[in-house]
Amino acid sequence: MSDTIVSLPDQSTARIPKVNYLNKENGLLSWLLTSDHKRIAILYLISITFFFFIGGALAGLIRLELLTPQSDLMATDTYNKVFTMHGVIMIFLFLVPSVPATLGNFLIPIMLGAKDLALPKINLLSWYLYMAGGLLALYTMMAGGVDTGWTFTTPLSTHYVNTNVLTTGLAIFIAGFSSIFTGLNFIVTIHKMRAPGMTWFRMPLFVWAHYAASILMVLGTPVLAIAIVLVALERTIGIGVFDPAKGGDPLLFQHLFWFYSHPAVYIMILPGMGVISEVISTFSRKRVFGYTAVAFSSVAIAVFGFFVWAHHMFIMGISNYAVLVFSLLTMLVAVPSAIKIFNWAFTLYKGSITFETPMLYAFGFMGLFTIGGMTGVFLGTSGTDIHLTETYFIVAHFHFVMVGGMLMAFLSGIHFWWPKITGRMYPEKISQLAAVVTFIGFNLTFFPQFILGVLGMPRRYASYPPEFQILNVFSTAGATILGVGYLLPVLYLTWSLKYGAIAGNNPWQATGLEWQIQSPPLTENFTELPIMDHEA
Amino acid sequence: MSHISPVIWQFLVKWMTNFALFPPEASRIAPQMDALLFFITLVSLIGLTIVVLLVVSFSILYSKKRHPVAVQIEGSTLLEATWTIIPLGLFLVMFVWGALIYFRVFTPPANAMNIYVVGKQWMWKAEHPGGQHEINSLHVPTGQPVQLTLISQDVFHSFSIPAFRVKREAIPGRYTTVWFEATTPGTYHLFCTQYCGTDHSQMIGDVVVMTPGDFKQWLASSTSGASLAQNGERLFASLSCAACHNTRPDARGPSLANVYGAKLPLATGETITADDAYLREAILNPSQHITQGYAPIMPTYQGQVSEEGVIALVEYIKNLNSDYRIQQTTNTTDLLPESEGKAAPAAAQTTAPGKVKP
Repeated sequence: MSDTIVSLPDQSTARIPKVNYLNKENGLLSWLLTSDHKRIAILYLISITFFFFIGGALAGLIRLELLTPQSDLMATDTYNKVFTMHGVIMIFLFLVPSVPATLGNFLIPIMLGAKDLALPKINLLSWYLYMAGGLLALYTMMAGGVDTGWTFTTPLSTHYVNTNVLTTGLAIFIAGFSSIFTGLNFIVTIHKMRAPGMTWFRMPLFVWAHYAASILMVLGTPVLAIAIVLVALERTIGIGVFDPAKGGDPLLFQHLFWFYSHPAVYIMILPGMGVISEVISTFSRKRVFGYTAVAFSSVAIAVFGFFVWAHHMFIMGISNYAVLVFSLLTMLVAVPSAIKIFNWAFTLYKGSITFETPMLYAFGFMGLFTIGGMTGVFLGTSGTDIHLTETYFIVAHFHFVMVGGMLMAFLSGIHFWWPKITGRMYPEKISQLAAVVTFIGFNLTFFPQFILGVLGMPRRYASYPPEFQILNVFSTAGATILGVGYLLPVLYLTWSLKYGAIAGNNPWQATGLEWQIQSPPLTENFTELPIMDHEA
Repeated sequence: MSHISPVIWQFLVKWMTNFALFPPEASRIAPQMDALLFFITLVSLIGLTIVVLLVVSFSILYSKKRHPVAVQIEGSTLLEATWTIIPLGLFLVMFVWGALIYFRVFTPPANAMNIYVVGKQWMWKAEHPGGQHEINSLHVPTGQPVQLTLISQDVFHSFSIPAFRVKREAIPGRYTTVWFEATTPGTYHLFCTQYCGTDHSQMIGDVVVMTPGDFKQWLASSTSGASLAQNGERLFASLSCAACHNTRPDARGPSLANVYGAKLPLATGETITADDAYLREAILNPSQHITQGYAPIMPTYQGQVSEEGVIALVEYIKNLNSDYRIQQTTNTTDLLPESEGKAAPAAAQTTAPGKVKP
């Protein structure tokens, strides 16, 4: 395959192609009314970065409050609003759209050999819905916020808080449709827009992962929308579905909520896994070990992922036998993740490995996701869940998966495809430094939280017993380092837009279709219809 | 050492003198839970070590410098099977082991002493059978299985005692139970772990574990004068429950003697066991639970009785063993003199007034 041929790209003489998707049209309107999947990806990238830093600032406030055992930096109500908005923004406005709406949007048509997604205008609509949801969430924050926690547990959210539950719910409802449209668009595109010769098993694993995530988006998100509507109706006119006094059941809300929100975890992580497959393959100059196993494990995660939601409710008085079933299914969903990890590790075997920034992030992902996944098994085991659930163990677990896993994958992917997206290289040395800083900061922030959880420190506490302080100080110190790790890429990537080295078509000697075209690509992606005659 | 800044010095002193890495084990289930925790931790560490070793050694062995040309390998069915079956096997061991512990934690033994706990924004109220009330604290003896019957008066709360390794959600409108047997006297953290609004982080307290002797003393010194069942009896009288639930042949409601634990035929044709949950429902939503042969005339007591009141009523009904006992309630206007002498000693349930035979 071409990846084994050592031929330097024409980097010395390369220049940015005269015509590309970035300069074909100019002016704000040409961006706001575009239906080009690549431009929409850029719109998304800017918006999710904006929301990430708002969510990150809120995380900073949380860690500052927790520096001391007393609730002293802010009132408990304020603290409750801060962690609620942190959760809402990070999950619905950053993690869910992060990889799919940016890299997925940019790359899926190109990887399939298509000119655009199947429904380009729906794609733009999806961004507008995302922005509407995001701005409404911001308005909510300005108008006093909401303090239900991102889980909106009834009857707290329906009868007991007097904050902006309805506008937050509406924001999530709208952003949810943006996610449904993106998923729908990907599914149609993957089924209908593949170039000649691009069979299912020649598709890049990145596309497989997005296909699995898209199924979850399309099937899961409507259930969240239903749950939100029911909360709104309960809060405004008291329909009583969740009210035991009217014959309703408050646990029903949690069933509905987690029916979306557990698969949502896979919506967030699967696209990240797709990124890791591409990056590890490229920088070890080998095809992914066990392509079929990795592809099917994505689908297996998506399928099993729908049948584990009640593991969030083991101590909530659901039947002991339901607990048995959900605990068993949770064990099954852990297996495909293990399969992926080992296949990635064996992709390195007899490769020819280099350690550019995307690869460093990918290594970080593998370590942190392994820890995140294994600690998930602690929680899926019904017995140990009793002790660990609702504590900082949970907080640490899902941050290892979401931040250690997904955010690492996102940064890996952004660095990997940055030359394709912008036509310029990021500066390597400082980027590698940022990757290392992020890894250290991350572990220092979240590892102590596992110990806090085993000790029993409950989540969502503004104050805590003094013997927990040392570990919290470590965590806050780590968060500071992590903050630096996240600021660095924003600075040097922005710098590279003007001063970065010209990338050329294929700086990584990678095999994917996206590397066979110019960087940045033409608006139409391809000048002639590509024909796929080998496997990705 | 004088050149170390006072802040760092303070930090170091704190680090040396006051920090925790592992919670105390103060219940019978705690060591069993920890054994499983250690097992999963061990498996995780081995798994993580394998992944890290693979990545690091391959990175060294097959770096581009040492290994300039990659060898393409498609995969290996044998290896795929290995890393599917071994993790699956280990996960299944954890599943079975975990399920055994789970069932143990949520299946109370028959001789457990029951304490009711009501959660409300933002406090825990415990009701001992002998009528002792506690707020944000729970006193229990060692060596005696204790069952908690939990309910919330408003939102979801969760009753967590990390030193016992038990935790149970307190849910509005429904009883949940959990049990433990404390082993080591001492004072332990009690947390609300389900986010419940403004003062969630203040909904904390102490679990005080005492030797049986000390506990007996504590019970005696904390008595409120009437047992829980006696409070229920008073409520039963003041709500005029006996107007219908009397023992007369023309009574409009069924007799409640020996009703607890009995199988009741309902008007709908089904049969139901009259447990705590049923009795609570029958008081608050009587129209849904008509006993066969009676007219649906009982009004709802929703909003008229607090969760603590319902608990007292349930405890009273639990202890009604004879029609005579109900007649006593019906006939007695001033209950206090009768109850005072009998304030419950340690295993209060067995000597609650309901059991007093004529």
